Amino acid sequence: MDAVTTTDGTTEAQVRAEVRAWLAEHWQGGSAGPQWRVALIESGWAAPTWPVEWFGRGLHRSLRRVIAEEFAAVGARVPALDVTQLYANTILAHGTDEQKRRFIRPLLVGEARGCLLYSEPGAGSDLAALQTRAERDGDAWRVTGQKVWTSGALEATHGLLIARTDWDVPKHRGLTFFWLPMQQPGVEVRPIHQVTGGSEFNEVFLTDAVVPDDHRLGEVNDGWRVLQTALGFERVIMGSGAAKPDKRRDRTPEEQARAARQSPWTRKVGGADYVELAKTSGKADDPVARQEIARLFTLEKVNEWNTLRARAEARGGGSSPLSSIGKLAMSRIVHTGVRVTTNLIGTESVLDADSSPVAGEINRSAFAAFVTSIGGGTDQIQRNIIGERVLGLPREPEVDRDVPFRDVRKAGPARRPV
Amino acid sequence: MAPFELDDDQRALRATVRDFAGEAFSEAEVRRLMAGPSGLERPVWERMATELGLQGLMVPEQHGGAGAGFVELAIVIEELGRRLAPAPFLSTALATLAITGADAPDDAIGEHLAAIAEGRRVAAVAVAEDDGRWDADGVRCAASTVDGGSRIDGAKSYVADGLIADLLVVAARGEDGPGLYLVEADAPGLTRSALEVFDPTRRLARLELQAVPALRLSGPEGVDRFLDRARVAVAAEQVGGADLALSMAVEYAKERVQFGRPIGSFQAIKHMCADAYVDVESARSAAYYGAWAIDEGSPELTTVAPLAKAFCSETFVEVAMTNMQVHGGISFTYEHPAHLYFRRARSGAQLWGSPQSQRDLLATRIGL
Repeated sequence: MDAVTTTDGTTEAQVRAEVRAWLAEHWQGGSAGPQWRVALIESGWAAPTWPVEWFGRGLHRSLRRVIAEEFAAVGARVPALDVTQLYANTILAHGTDEQKRRFIRPLLVGEARGCLLYSEPGAGSDLAALQTRAERDGDAWRVTGQKVWTSGALEATHGLLIARTDWDVPKHRGLTFFWLPMQQPGVEVRPIHQVTGGSEFNEVFLTDAVVPDDHRLGEVNDGWRVLQTALGFERVIMGSGAAKPDKRRDRTPEEQARAARQSPWTRKVGGADYVELAKTSGKADDPVARQEIARLFTLEKVNEWNTLRARAEARGGGSSPLSSIGKLAMSRIVHTGVRVTTNLIGTESVLDADSSPVAGEINRSAFAAFVTSIGGGTDQIQRNIIGERVLGLPREPEVDRDVPFRDVRKAGPARRPV
Repeated sequence: MAPFELDDDQRALRATVRDFAGEAFSEAEVRRLMAGPSGLERPVWERMATELGLQGLMVPEQHGGAGAGFVELAIVIEELGRRLAPAPFLSTALATLAITGADAPDDAIGEHLAAIAEGRRVAAVAVAEDDGRWDADGVRCAASTVDGGSRIDGAKSYVADGLIADLLVVAARGEDGPGLYLVEADAPGLTRSALEVFDPTRRLARLELQAVPALRLSGPEGVDRFLDRARVAVAAEQVGGADLALSMAVEYAKERVQFGRPIGSFQAIKHMCADAYVDVESARSAAYYGAWAIDEGSPELTTVAPLAKAFCSETFVEVAMTNMQVHGGISFTYEHPAHLYFRRARSGAQLWGSPQSQRDLLATRIGL
């Protein structure tokens, strides 16, 4: 395969030799410290498809595999920041040269950490209806509003913020994108107490928070376009994570064997192994249980094959419409998994972990399943996307499409009962 | 090759068969064949063999065929399935699989395979009996050994294209258990009768056999091997039908205007179509993964085959129903083609094993 030549004339063999030589010089083996990280960032191998002047090597994405192989050969982890670093990718795509110089490096070396300030209590599926306002104040903007479902907000140094800057144009046209400093008095982070008992998500309250104008990404009122780019990077990250086998190195052989036996459902939400559960609960011969289990197994398998097929079609050129069905399919899998396993344990499902570990596991997965069917676009929005973008069905008429946002009927502030 | 990777020849095969089926099995042609005595017209059948080489795809090269893989077969079956082609291709292809997979000597089967490849003979497979079971355990027909040959006694039913076939592969129970046997249509002791059917694009027959001379093709292992292949082949046909039914629904949803806008802009319609799309694409993945597993000799086939048959069957039925529902009143008229897909979907779902029976088999094969 070394004969492959990319459009700029760089061959696989050349790249392989370069990576190998660089690794021979810099890789010390064992645990990689901060010095290694800095050297890696500066070498460009951490984000090979980015331009040479911006921490990359200007290589075609088809050469990623070669780099990954060489890193793996010496036991080093290749970070592929050009795929995984959503914030840097967005800044690279829409930032000025000055912004790229200031903001990207800290993100790559780990000095800066980002979070996403998109969703609001009144703007979930209809994100363009957001009401957080940013008003010009000299060389800066003052931001007031409430964001929600922000993960990593407590640790973040900056947030990718979308806010309304013009209320007299239709909803998509009056939005602007910012890189908001999080460590300031106007930003208050409150962890959300989730139904699962955990608190991975936060609310972020913005009260006259200040963001300098040189932290604006893209033109004023052009934020919706910037957002689409950022969402595109996010989808790539989610998509690449979905199909990847778990290759964590800190696992014992027993844990690895157990993980290999896990079905997609159990990998996703941590539910029980349903074939084993059917046996231990004495339902292996129950005709209804057998039907339900076969159905669940089928949904898991077809989704796995869809992923394989999407990749094969992408290799054949172009993107595959199959990639748009994975999330909806996974939602059906996880909720079906909960129903099937709940039926298997029956009354025991009213117990919680201390009285029944298996019930605790299934009940936790019953809630976790909603992360798939609501988070990142509800199942209903996914069906709209498939219907409109894949099948080409006409859009639903939107009553607020060409109306100044000021005059649009808006969601009131969603309040949880106190 | 990795699963789902198609080469240029396979893509070209799909394009060729799609063009051919669109012309030879247009709706008007399908309706004409439905009204006639059988789905078979010899000139078209011979064209399929000589111009396109379809019947010879799975026939080994030494017998005049192409010796192609199962993926190629699935492509052809899917494309003919899209058009509800009433020609006995699936039946003949399944019989060909049974014959090529036989333990029987080459000189006994070579002539039959050559005749199939040349389009001179139609073949069909008889597995189920009057109780409609499609598993080896359900075989009650008896095969006995007489003068070094085999004789079959019993009855077979639900035999697709059984009335017009020149050759019949019959499942019967010999001394070592169920096996597959080859019977010629003009053999003494064989009586065939047509069954009245819900799906006129696929004719069914009942066979009565009294000491019918037969050639033994394979024993119990051969039967199981064959049934898994048949399940995948039928699944591929259902993918074709489901795919066309979905595109009918989507096209109509774009054109039909009610309440001042295309009905496809209503989420009630749009979401039905989106769900159907997810199922059709998933069904396609299942059928082609099965075809790949056959070509690779993968042990996964034992789970993929019943899974694909159950899933593709139910998908086709559901999508054919969605298509009728999206079309509304017009789909209730005989002149509209939606009911033809509904008929084909319902018949295909039960023939070769109902979704329920296939799921139960799947449950057994994943360890329950």
